[in-house]
Amino acid sequence: MSARLPSGGLIDRTRTLRFSFDGRRHEGFAGDTLAAALLADGVRLVGRSFKYHRPRGVLTAGPEEPNALVELRSGARREPNTRATVVELYDGLEAQSQNRWPSLRFDLLALNGLFSPLLGAGFYYKTFMWPSAFWEKVYEPLIRRAAGLGSLSTAPDPDHYEKATAFCDLLVVGSGPAGLMAALVAARSGARVILAEQDCLFGGRCLSERIVLGDGSAHRWVQSVVAELAATPGVRLLPRTTVVGTYDHGAYTAVERVNDHVAAPPPFEPRQRLWRIVAKRAVLAAGALERPLVFGDNDLPGVMLASAVSTYINRYAVRPGERAVLYADNDHAWATVADLRAAGAEIVAIVDPRPDARARAAVVARDAPLLTGVVRRALGGRSLQGVEVVGADGHVHRLDCDLLAMSGGWAPTLHLTSHLGAKPRWDAERSMFLPEQLPPWLLVAGAAGGELTTAAALSTGIRIAEGSLQSLGIAPRGVTPPVAGEEADAWTPLWRAPSGRGKRFIDFQNDVTTADLELAHREGFGASEHAKRYTTLGMATDQGKTSALNGLATLAAFTGKSIGEVGTTTYRPPYTPVAIGALAGHHRGPDFRPTRLTPSHEWAREQGAVFIESGAWLRAQYFPRAGETDWLPPVIREVQAVRSTVGLCDVSTLGKIELKGPDALRFIERLYANGWQTLAVGRARYGVMLREDGRVMDDGTVARLGEQHWFMTTTTANAVAVYQHMQHCHQVLWPELDVQFTSVTEQWAQFAVAGPRSRELLRRILASGEDLSNDAFPYMAAQAVTLTDGLRGRLFRLSFSGELAYEIAVPARHGDAVIRRLAAAGEDLGVVPYGIEALGVMRIEKGHVAGNELTGRTSAQQLGLGRMLSTQKDYIGARLARLPALDDPADTQLVGVRPVDVKTRLMSGAHFLPLAAPTTFEHEQGYVTSVAYSPSLGHWIALGLLKNGRHRHGERLRAVDLLRSQETEVEICEPVFIDPQGARLRG
Amino acid sequence: MRIHCPHCGPRGHDEFVHHGDAAPRRPQADAPDAAFHDYVYLRDNPAGPYRELWFHAAGCHSWLVVERDTRTHEIRSVTFARGDA
Repeated sequence: MSARLPSGGLIDRTRTLRFSFDGRRHEGFAGDTLAAALLADGVRLVGRSFKYHRPRGVLTAGPEEPNALVELRSGARREPNTRATVVELYDGLEAQSQNRWPSLRFDLLALNGLFSPLLGAGFYYKTFMWPSAFWEKVYEPLIRRAAGLGSLSTAPDPDHYEKATAFCDLLVVGSGPAGLMAALVAARSGARVILAEQDCLFGGRCLSERIVLGDGSAHRWVQSVVAELAATPGVRLLPRTTVVGTYDHGAYTAVERVNDHVAAPPPFEPRQRLWRIVAKRAVLAAGALERPLVFGDNDLPGVMLASAVSTYINRYAVRPGERAVLYADNDHAWATVADLRAAGAEIVAIVDPRPDARARAAVVARDAPLLTGVVRRALGGRSLQGVEVVGADGHVHRLDCDLLAMSGGWAPTLHLTSHLGAKPRWDAERSMFLPEQLPPWLLVAGAAGGELTTAAALSTGIRIAEGSLQSLGIAPRGVTPPVAGEEADAWTPLWRAPSGRGKRFIDFQNDVTTADLELAHREGFGASEHAKRYTTLGMATDQGKTSALNGLATLAAFTGKSIGEVGTTTYRPPYTPVAIGALAGHHRGPDFRPTRLTPSHEWAREQGAVFIESGAWLRAQYFPRAGETDWLPPVIREVQAVRSTVGLCDVSTLGKIELKGPDALRFIERLYANGWQTLAVGRARYGVMLREDGRVMDDGTVARLGEQHWFMTTTTANAVAVYQHMQHCHQVLWPELDVQFTSVTEQWAQFAVAGPRSRELLRRILASGEDLSNDAFPYMAAQAVTLTDGLRGRLFRLSFSGELAYEIAVPARHGDAVIRRLAAAGEDLGVVPYGIEALGVMRIEKGHVAGNELTGRTSAQQLGLGRMLSTQKDYIGARLARLPALDDPADTQLVGVRPVDVKTRLMSGAHFLPLAAPTTFEHEQGYVTSVAYSPSLGHWIALGLLKNGRHRHGERLRAVDLLRSQETEVEICEPVFIDPQGARLRG
Repeated sequence: MRIHCPHCGPRGHDEFVHHGDAAPRRPQADAPDAAFHDYVYLRDNPAGPYRELWFHAAGCHSWLVVERDTRTHEIRSVTFARGDA
């Protein structure tokens, strides 16, 4: 049975679109929504309700829809809970109904309705209390199966989302009469304008209602205004874009559905675009939402908002029913009667609770009976078959009908005005919540501000835009609104639902009835925020757009308060649901954040490096050769090569900061805990930096390249934090110091050349004049050098490995060439690349602390660096580092750890316990921080933090790893395993 | 939030790093331990106007003193921290 009208509507009848719903094939036209096309094909049952699995149909024609939720698309693109009332039809669309089993028409779980006394408000707090172990295993899975909305695709989202930022003088939200007028005033005045419309078409109510503006239809007027806006420079039109959130200082978030109206986005196009809009002024012209009326079984398919009935007739040329009853408490809804008549539907009756409307309504009613009274109950099984009306005289009428168009008046769409925390104000005279405490940059026009007639919308749109522009210093250019006809807008709201049989739904989406709210009130949850949590009123995808006002009115009746006194719940972004993908944009998977590559990355890749994330960096972890399938053999080989010949490692990821100025020395003195006065030009020194609370912040080396020229390194992990800390010290604490510094981490490629033959290798790439002899370039020397091809670089004789070693720095763009030259020049020496695993092994062998020990909770004294703390100067952390608590023997100290049985492996994170004591927390004495297999010693070694550890060398303990169920007997030792005198690195 | 950096102009707050109360002044080296304790650990947490330090990390690297009302996020002034004493 087709309900499509032979003509009219804003659809393109030349483009037939095929689609399927629950596997059945249907056809619609371009310009349809899924809901419109289903109604046109006579489909009235589109979903089952959340809790009771009651049959549901289409209630609205917009994003406020609580019933017609469907799973859209299939496979990885399947998306649950999409509102069929805003899904644009495309050829090949696939939709499935939700929350039914085994089928939509025959849903076994509809039996839930019979158990509804058990499922009332707060049921999950009460019914399934005992036994408690049943909750997780039995009750919750059961409830989750029975109650719920659609199901997610668990496959990765194949689509692409992007983010964009836009700036404007005036943002206009909504393109009904008020929004279009505001945008036009601003456009003609030369302002930068963004007009955001959630629909695919501009026009708002002009698309849904038969309005005459000037001497033509409102729709024609819309087209002319939009054409002018589109042709005006500085105007950006954003259809299919919902402004979902208001943020401080005039920032807004909007979601543009770029390609949701097609089966899949074309190549290189995003599915959706998340806009951040920064507007000097914004005009909210988002219109109003029609309120449903509450009566028994008011959720039957066939019960529809009057405005939705008009929309389906006027915009989509669909007649939602053959025999209609209008039930409204306002004159505005009478336009729907005219629309129904024009569509060829029979008007069975007009039911109006207002005695005073009788005389006015007679004109509209014509030959239809006019009943003063209320609808008590809707009748029917899966679809509406009639209504019971109680007349003012108490007489009960039974009317046969297949469509009930209802209207309880209009509620301004003011969500965006409340996102910053302002509570709307209840206007008792006009029976609406109105925006309150607006910031000066956010204004409201048209129905969103309570101006419900077209004429008022047009004039407020102009007035608000003019005021906004004037406040920005832009002279507004005059716009004359078209003449709008008279509109009937008298309204006496009907808040009370009649008593009687049937469930009286307030929140269709969450199956919340007046009985649930009564129960909530009776049990002490009658405040609006409490009632929401207790009953779930206003939750889920529609966030109470059709239910909030009826809920508050019902609570008000129970509590004897006014609706204003009950007050709204808090409005929070987003206004409508937003896909997580849109919020993430490009930032997902490996693109979650930018990846930093070292200058030698390409070369390392060619060498077969295995890479590992180190902060934002990708670093070579180790370089396996053919046959090396596990990580340990290459690491052992790399360490042995460095300790016997020479190795190369990219250390460019260290934070590098260059300092200059007469006060650079003074600044460095205050920054680091140790002294620098005696550091000569051409020398480097190890430094420790504390936080002001006395704990170690970072360590690194500082080289003095000139009298007033210094170069320091930080750990890779702390590079950003240390630089920011230095800026704080300089700008906030000591602005009087004459020093300048900047991060040069990205500017220099820096390579460690380590091992007994490192000097020999470097000589081959440095200009002949460079003297690398131990006298000329001793341990801790730091100088500018020239390479054989004339390239200028810097050479530091630093050793993290404990071997004779250097770090050579060249401008980053030469890094790739220099690492290749080093590798080529050292081929006959047996040079090997080594990764950060080998680097880590060698630093543990040498007892150097790193990230595992520099946790931010350790003091210099604990780490064995106490002697470095200068007593001759003030520096960051100087005072609190001297507190006894930071050098308490009862606290842990850095120790070396070796297994008693050299064949056993040590585990990082294992806790130290005495040999005899039980494995309980009170006997815990510290833990293992870093472990490595030492190729030099032939067994596992570790560093750890042990209570009073410095005085316990030689003691045996248990290292207990409860997570891996492993226990090792260990011996505590000096935290240096190789060359404790440092003879090799000075050689 | 939008912060009007005196060097870069109005920028989104995500370009900045928040550092809290701008009031504490680092004590002189010879001040008592208690003064350092208070400097490191004590912070006001007012509901209302608050002077706080922000670092323009994704901009000019200036440390700024932002006077912000913690109830409304209204920003009354933004100045360079340098020379704020």
